[in-house]
Amino acid sequence: MKTQAAFSNRFQSFSERNSNLLRLLAVFVIVFAFFAITKQGAFLKPETFASMAVQLPEYSILALGVALTLISGGIDLSVVGIANLAGILMALFLSTAATDAAPDAVPLYIAGAAAIGFLVGLSCGAFNGLLVSRFRIPPILATMGTMQIFTGLAIVITEGKSVSGLVPAYEHGINSALFGWLPVPLLMFIACAAWVSFVLNKTNYGQKLYMLGTNEKAAAFSGIHTNTVLMKTYIYSGLLAIVASLIMMGRNASAKADTGSSYTLQCVLICVLGGVKTEGGFGKVSGIVVAVLILQTISTGLNLFREINNFYRGLIWGAVLVAVLIANCIIEQKEQAKLMKKLSMEEAAEA
Amino acid sequence: MNELSKRKWNRLLSHNEFYIAIIIVAICLLIEVRSGQFFTPNNLVDIVRSGIVPCIFGIGVLVVMLSGGIDLSFVPIAALAMYITNSVMLDTGFSGSIVVPFLLAGGIGIACGALNAVVISKFNLPTMIVTLGTSSIFTGLLRGVFEAKEKTASPILMELGSSKLFTAQNADSGLTSDMPSTLFILLGVVVVTFILLRYTTLGRGIYAVGGDPGAARRAGFRVTRIQFFVYCYVGLLAGIAGVTRTGMSQAAHFTSLLGTELTIIAATVLGGARITGGVGTITGTVLGAFLMTIVSNSLVLIGVPTYWQQFFTGALIVIGTGISVYQASKKYRGSLSLDERAKEELG
Amino acid sequence: MEHSGDIILKAEKIVKSFGGVHALKGVDLEIRRGEIHCLAGENGCGKSTLIKIISGDYVADSGSVTLNGTRYTKLTPIESIGEGVQVIYQDFAVFPNLTVMENIAATQTLMEHKKTVNWKHYREIAQEAVSKIGFSIDFDERVENLSVANKQLVAISRALLMSAKLIIMDEPTTALTKKEVAALFKIIKNLQASGISILFVSHKMDEVYEICDRLTVFRNGENVITTDIKEVDQKKFAYYMTGREFKQEQYTCAHPGETVLEVQDLGLPGAYEDISFCVRKGDIYGITGLLGSGRTELALSLFGMLRAKTGRILIGGKQARIHSVADAQKYGIGYVPEDRATEALFLPQSIENNMIVSVLDSYTDKNGVYHAGALRRLAEEWRESLHIKIRRLSDPVSSLSGGNQQKVVLAKWLASDLRVLILNGPTVGVDIGSKYDIHQILRDLAAQGIAIIMISDDLSELLPNCNRMMIMRGGRTVCEMDTSSTTEREVANIISDTAARC
Repeated sequence: MKTQAAFSNRFQSFSERNSNLLRLLAVFVIVFAFFAITKQGAFLKPETFASMAVQLPEYSILALGVALTLISGGIDLSVVGIANLAGILMALFLSTAATDAAPDAVPLYIAGAAAIGFLVGLSCGAFNGLLVSRFRIPPILATMGTMQIFTGLAIVITEGKSVSGLVPAYEHGINSALFGWLPVPLLMFIACAAWVSFVLNKTNYGQKLYMLGTNEKAAAFSGIHTNTVLMKTYIYSGLLAIVASLIMMGRNASAKADTGSSYTLQCVLICVLGGVKTEGGFGKVSGIVVAVLILQTISTGLNLFREINNFYRGLIWGAVLVAVLIANCIIEQKEQAKLMKKLSMEEAAEA
Repeated sequence: MNELSKRKWNRLLSHNEFYIAIIIVAICLLIEVRSGQFFTPNNLVDIVRSGIVPCIFGIGVLVVMLSGGIDLSFVPIAALAMYITNSVMLDTGFSGSIVVPFLLAGGIGIACGALNAVVISKFNLPTMIVTLGTSSIFTGLLRGVFEAKEKTASPILMELGSSKLFTAQNADSGLTSDMPSTLFILLGVVVVTFILLRYTTLGRGIYAVGGDPGAARRAGFRVTRIQFFVYCYVGLLAGIAGVTRTGMSQAAHFTSLLGTELTIIAATVLGGARITGGVGTITGTVLGAFLMTIVSNSLVLIGVPTYWQQFFTGALIVIGTGISVYQASKKYRGSLSLDERAKEELG
Repeated sequence: MEHSGDIILKAEKIVKSFGGVHALKGVDLEIRRGEIHCLAGENGCGKSTLIKIISGDYVADSGSVTLNGTRYTKLTPIESIGEGVQVIYQDFAVFPNLTVMENIAATQTLMEHKKTVNWKHYREIAQEAVSKIGFSIDFDERVENLSVANKQLVAISRALLMSAKLIIMDEPTTALTKKEVAALFKIIKNLQASGISILFVSHKMDEVYEICDRLTVFRNGENVITTDIKEVDQKKFAYYMTGREFKQEQYTCAHPGETVLEVQDLGLPGAYEDISFCVRKGDIYGITGLLGSGRTELALSLFGMLRAKTGRILIGGKQARIHSVADAQKYGIGYVPEDRATEALFLPQSIENNMIVSVLDSYTDKNGVYHAGALRRLAEEWRESLHIKIRRLSDPVSSLSGGNQQKVVLAKWLASDLRVLILNGPTVGVDIGSKYDIHQILRDLAAQGIAIIMISDDLSELLPNCNRMMIMRGGRTVCEMDTSSTTEREVANIISDTAARC
């Protein structure tokens, strides 16, 4: 009896703390069931899931970066620009330097390309961070501007053309699967998600990030170096964009200045859907992962409906984003009212 | 110099419009020196011509920014309104009054703006994220539901676009440019918005809400109603801008329109509108829009490849917002340094 | 009938809560026509909340407000203004981005339901309003560029235009010099003579006696008494305010230890100049002065938020280089800010997270991973020793009462190695019970050898709890004294009279 009570107690406190995650899982089940029922065999087959597994990593990794910046109370709209700029530089390096290289030197060149990429991610992220922290430009405007700058540079470098002719070994590597079933991009996403989760939950930086996002002034009054935390956040976002860029480059076998232009909104949508608060201070990786699953399921499922054209996706993403915002707003108000009621009842009981 | 004129001079120096005007003159002179082609009649007419639509958009953005919000969806609204209106005109072969397409596009714009308005004012959600979402909705409607294709303009809009006030000719090259009659649409928007902002209680309410929403509520301004109006008004202006653009380019091309919202916002901020709300003028916005137009139009004149355009746009956004923030923070520091009494006693 | 016509405002059984904080627990207030009524009570007793309900800014959870005989349960700002209620808030509720002229005239056109603006008319209205209280000002200046006193005069002029029947002034004298206060009181008397009622909100006893006819006292969101001002003497007044028969025991320090903090000729142009003082082990050192006297800027400099341009700060006899908050923390300096909600707390975050934020670095290993278990134990310890009443450490700090919130702020600093604790407005918005708890905690800390600096304009709090104090005016020290050898009246005089010295 006692243990049962303790268990139900613990379950209650778990569900209280993770009400958002539970709601998301319910939505996922419903969405999944909807397509499973309406499309049956066409949806419930291994190929569907295999394609989902390789499609979702690139934008999901970008979303992780955006989530960090949202938690800090800002936003990074330049992630796609960073990914494309880095992708182009990496692709140029590979297609000019590595094509004639000896086979055993190829991994070295790939590592070199990645190093170039991460350097670009670091500089772009640092530039964003500088604008947001040191110069106090509102993050949305700053990163909108840098999005144009990074994309603009990519266009200048390529004159608007795509860069192809990478080393085959690289394409092969990205498009292969570990143990025959775990696609490399998915593995990279899992690694990134695990890393971000670790950073948010266990590290000094993560704790400070949540505090800074909740109340920047109080954070400064508590001795947190707010500018340093912000710099780090935008740099991390830039570095995550490079990981996404590595996948994009491998999957497309090329790099272009305007790849994945729809990803920006999708990233924000994933974060908002996953329970990251746009005003900052709250957000978990678990919520983002479930949000990614929901979105990818909808996306893949919709593809099975031939009569729905591809452009509907924007409409649906936008509508879902607005609907989720409104729903969160209403739920929050209700929870607030519930908490107030609870508190006043407790007080009455005490008296 | 007496006290009053000194104060007026100081006030002029504290205005963005003053600086941006100087920058424009400087840039114009620079381009003239480099190319010798800037102050030619046809180039000047060309610049006015390409500035008309950005100016109308910019004024819409200004109104939202004054109220303390931001709208990222006005360009998709314009694209949607312009596409539907043009298609209707094409299909019906309409040849009546030119007012009709404007009414139709304006109506569509207001309807879209009302969606923003309801979500933002009713649920008190962040304007930026909401309009980011609705902009995707409107684009989705355009391309998904209406399966929009680039079409040529309908006859009535063709007529609107090709009517001209005069033709300017470059004496050396013989190139000519027409000054479009749509300049009057811009003038109309400027006059109406100026009267709205300056001489109506509603307009002053927009400034008040942007200055301090709490104080505005206490003073008796109906804050949600003002917000509602603001987003509808932007929608209206977007619709008008869309139709104007269709006429002037003789085609309802929406792909080249989508994605230009940031440039417009940057132009407005460059023109002295404060991102945090409450401060900004039409003069500044028009100057800002023309600065942007001059820069992007003249890159070719001074031999910079067009590939650079997006880069320069981004740089202008960052620099423009940076300056605006810097000025605001100077204000803040000013308010920190105590009041006059302390200064008096400290000498 | 005639009697009810004499009552301009009647608030009955007003209840209002915010989160876990019960600001008003069913209070009444009645104001007669043409009287100057004082609403008194210590900080956090619910005065400001009631004002916002009367002005329609907040909606009461229950209760009603009757204005000129009309009963409202959900009063809107427009209705309130329509009934002739005008509030002059502490922040004046002016529009910083608009000109003086428009700030004064806008509300009137709004009330007249005018759809258009006549700027000439605006100027006339502003001129008329300003001439009523006789001050001159540049109408085209933006209000954000004005001084505090001028902002207040703009707010008053605006209120006068609205054919006000009741003007509520929320702590109107906090930022004014003696001369300005005298001018304000003259204006108030003139208003009364023209039949306007004034609700004067204050906790400053001298002022209340000078200006008011009747008095209502709140304590902890409840009515204590409503009476003629002549009926109560100062001692009784103090009792009504604090709920204590006797004055708080005077804090003294018989055997002060070594000097912990020494400030030498510290200066920051535009804020303060030539500030020197020292705080020893066992001292509770008070700093007071008007708003804008430089007291907050001085505190912020000691804490590294601002950087002094001249002079030195010595900690334990050695010169300290304090250029950032982290520097200040390194020297063991803690700071409890003026505005708890925006500067000290992370309201929606858990109590635990709020407590540990300042010590996070010392519980972090070299890989950047922090020790969650140890921090939780630390938070538990402080919850015990400060008697913070909470359900769970994981609850949001916003669910706590003001007093418990302030204890969380204290815990935040006590958890670190503290040598100097600076408190700016130590008990603003804190209920009486917790207030004395907090004072006791501060006295205990001082006994343990932590140097305490207490900044406040509430002299009834400062004098009994400090053993030494300094008065600032216009950025300079005008007086340093032993609190045992002075009185509130004397100190108040030095604070606000630009001629006084000691």
